[in-house]
Amino acid sequence: MTALIEAEGLAKSFGRLRAVDGITLRVARGEVLGFLGPNGAGKSTTMRLITGFLEPDAGRARIAGFDVQDSPREARKRLGYLPEGAPLYAEMTPKGLLGFVAELKGLRGDAIAKSVGVAVERTGLGPVLEQTIETLSKGYKRRVGIAQAILNDPEVLIMDEPTDGLDPNQKHQVRQLIAEMAREKAIIVSTHILEEVEAVCTRAVVINKGRIVADGTAEDLMRRVPYHGAVAVRVAADKADAVKGALAAVSGVGSVETVSAADGHLLLRAVPRNGAGIVTDVASAIRQQALVVEEVFVERGKLDDVFRQITSSDLDNRNA
Amino acid sequence: MREFLHNVWIIAKREFMGYFATPIAIVFLIIFVALTGAFAFYIGAFFERGQAELSAFFVYHPWLYLLLVPAIGMRLWAEERKSGTIELLMTLPISPWEAILGKFLAAWAFIGLALVLTFPMWITVNVLGQPDNGVILASYLGSFLMAGAYLAIASCISALTKNQVIAFIVAATVCFLLVMSGLELVQNLFRGWAPASVVSAIASLSFLSNFESITKGIVDLPAIVLYLSLIVFALFANKIVIDLRKAA
Repeated sequence: MTALIEAEGLAKSFGRLRAVDGITLRVARGEVLGFLGPNGAGKSTTMRLITGFLEPDAGRARIAGFDVQDSPREARKRLGYLPEGAPLYAEMTPKGLLGFVAELKGLRGDAIAKSVGVAVERTGLGPVLEQTIETLSKGYKRRVGIAQAILNDPEVLIMDEPTDGLDPNQKHQVRQLIAEMAREKAIIVSTHILEEVEAVCTRAVVINKGRIVADGTAEDLMRRVPYHGAVAVRVAADKADAVKGALAAVSGVGSVETVSAADGHLLLRAVPRNGAGIVTDVASAIRQQALVVEEVFVERGKLDDVFRQITSSDLDNRNA
Repeated sequence: MREFLHNVWIIAKREFMGYFATPIAIVFLIIFVALTGAFAFYIGAFFERGQAELSAFFVYHPWLYLLLVPAIGMRLWAEERKSGTIELLMTLPISPWEAILGKFLAAWAFIGLALVLTFPMWITVNVLGQPDNGVILASYLGSFLMAGAYLAIASCISALTKNQVIAFIVAATVCFLLVMSGLELVQNLFRGWAPASVVSAIASLSFLSNFESITKGIVDLPAIVLYLSLIVFALFANKIVIDLRKAA
């Protein structure tokens, strides 16, 4: 399948700062790409290069096959974009603003009202359509920004922190909206909320200092955490040594460590060797040897840890 | 072409309505009419002249525009840049020219509206005597074109910054130099060293002397050409600034 969003070797400097330093990525129809990175990593600049708002020093970006610098009008007709901070004309009403954007997106006549109606319904803007935007809450402003992006049902959606400033219910709604639209579009969503990546993204790209340092599914990324897939077992303190020995003997278990001790119980963790799946083996060992355990659960790597691990030190960047 | 004009129209309409969504419109229109009137009556001694003509009214326009036109032009791009809406606007399927022309035309039309609202002056002279209405019409036209030249310069400067105060001061200064370029003060600066042709070229840029000829009722071609070419030149510069900011 051809990619709807293509970036090749994008680079951009501001003065002496290399904000984006050779970013190449492709997003196909049906994909939701989560764009992760610490503040100042170059997420927004990359998005501005892909949308053509900024001109790259090197590299090129294409939307649905159209180069954003050479044929900007064709490219942008297929693009819905929510810029960082959802900037809007404060003195307008959502209705006025959506009508304005719809007309510039090339809609005419009845199609304007229809398209605005769909966007309003999807973002739940109905109650505030006639209020001026400056009087709206942060959540509503963000939703106006999302509504204008999805007007005219573009093939490509690029959203810079779409859930920033929303309450948990609104976040859920926006994620649901993205998930609904995902099938027929190529979507890039930047965020620093990692649970969001698990919730809506089919793929995650982590960037740091203007470079891609990781690219894969949320699961791929979590596998980078050493104890991802480890089995934690809670046992009474006096039985701990026996259990420890039994777990260490299970094939695939690299090491068994004590995580914590409380109320006469120990929490043990069997860490797999080379990321092997050990859950079934550990479970059958417990059953066969009739070990007395209080609680068993599989640990999952947290994206937060992955994120910290790949973005915190320079050494890691060079290795990645 | 149809798409181009349509987009210019949509952008201009939004910009124009924007003035009326905020107190800018009412404040500007009242002050414009009050100031032009006050200058004509008190400083221009409109009544004391005892003549049925409006030159006492028009003669102060080049000076009043120094204050009023940059006040309108300063926000055209600086405000968009400050609030970030420029990113919303310029990633829509429009060309920079559509945005530049739409914004410029909206602001120019707004100043045109302010000029139209000075019509009581025209009624007054027509009640009091029998003025040459052709001269008055030509003067209005000249004043409007001159305002367009000020505005195009202000628009271009506004695109350079996200600070409206800076945009205002720089635009007012540039316009001031253009107004003054026919006066001895500025001419003497060049006379000593520049060739005579340069000195007269600079003098011919003067808003003041060009506007004077229009208000005397001569539909003065060089003046009209000057204003129109200044508008075109400043808007081209505006386009270059917009492109440079994109690549910066």
